[in-house]
Amino acid sequence: MTEADVKVVYKRPIGLTDLVTHYCPGCTHGVAHRLIAEVLEEMGELNNTIGVAPVGCAVFAYNYLDFDFVEAAHGRAPAMATGIKRTLPHKTVFTYQGDGDLASMGMGEIVAAASRGEQITVIFINNTNYGMTGGQMAPTTLPGQKTSSSPLGRDVETQGYPIRTAELLATLDGAAFVARRTLHDARGIRMAKRAIRTAFEVQKQGLGFSMVELLSICPTNWGLNTTNARQWLAEHMLPYYPVGDFKVSTAVSEMKIGGN
Amino acid sequence: MPPKGWVEINELYCKACETCVTDCPTQTLAIDLSRLTPKGYHPAFMIHPENCTGCGICAVVCPDAAITVFRGVRPETEKEGEGA
Repeated sequence: MTEADVKVVYKRPIGLTDLVTHYCPGCTHGVAHRLIAEVLEEMGELNNTIGVAPVGCAVFAYNYLDFDFVEAAHGRAPAMATGIKRTLPHKTVFTYQGDGDLASMGMGEIVAAASRGEQITVIFINNTNYGMTGGQMAPTTLPGQKTSSSPLGRDVETQGYPIRTAELLATLDGAAFVARRTLHDARGIRMAKRAIRTAFEVQKQGLGFSMVELLSICPTNWGLNTTNARQWLAEHMLPYYPVGDFKVSTAVSEMKIGGN
Repeated sequence: MPPKGWVEINELYCKACETCVTDCPTQTLAIDLSRLTPKGYHPAFMIHPENCTGCGICAVVCPDAAITVFRGVRPETEKEGEGA
């Protein structure tokens, strides 16, 4: 066998910059960044994309993703993306938001953007807490889950129930594609990539609002190592936040995706 | 005979999260406790390079896109430089 038989199966996507991320070891933010970079590279949209970074750990996403980025105030990424998309309709515009940003501070903005059917894509990272500020309870924290601001576990009597964002947005007529995927294993990551591809294609073909919720781990704030955190996600989060497509409009189900 | 391959781990990016080590289906990878990366982590390395099939699962799960996966037979000249 000669060197000509050697094939590169996988290499770092060109959509990522050369910087080392500030995320904790094992944090699936890195996986989500990589999937977005891979999908936009495959679609040839790297030079035609504007991202909107959130607050939270991913506030520095613009340092790691090698295309145009703006930074929105707390939870206001969908509003900012709306403005960008309406002024530059030929651009691919997406927001990258965590659960504190999207489901708590920005719940109004995301619901309004989805109900208007804005032609934007939302990547929603759900890790059941506020990662950057020290693991406080978020709207997505599971019942009984201990966080730094619910040390006895989330009490649903006083603190309410977790919000299933994907199911909630799927009830809105403006949403064309709403799905939930998990990033805790290789199979889930491959499925997540396909969902992200679909979401960006929905926008490219002007079919409406699209969102992909990605279940993520937060090993540092959960107090677990990476392996145990991924097991915890599979055992506790997946039963409450099932993986699936919650809204696929008729136009989206008939959509053809090149290369897949 | 299963396909052959090898991986190269960029130690600038590796943070020793062990995701690739636990997910590798052929137990090829391990954490190298004898070395440190510039960031101060013990990097992952191929402890059993003969097992690698080049399936790419390590690269799919790697949160820091540190892994490049090759399929084929590794050139002899490259093998000498590893394991330092």
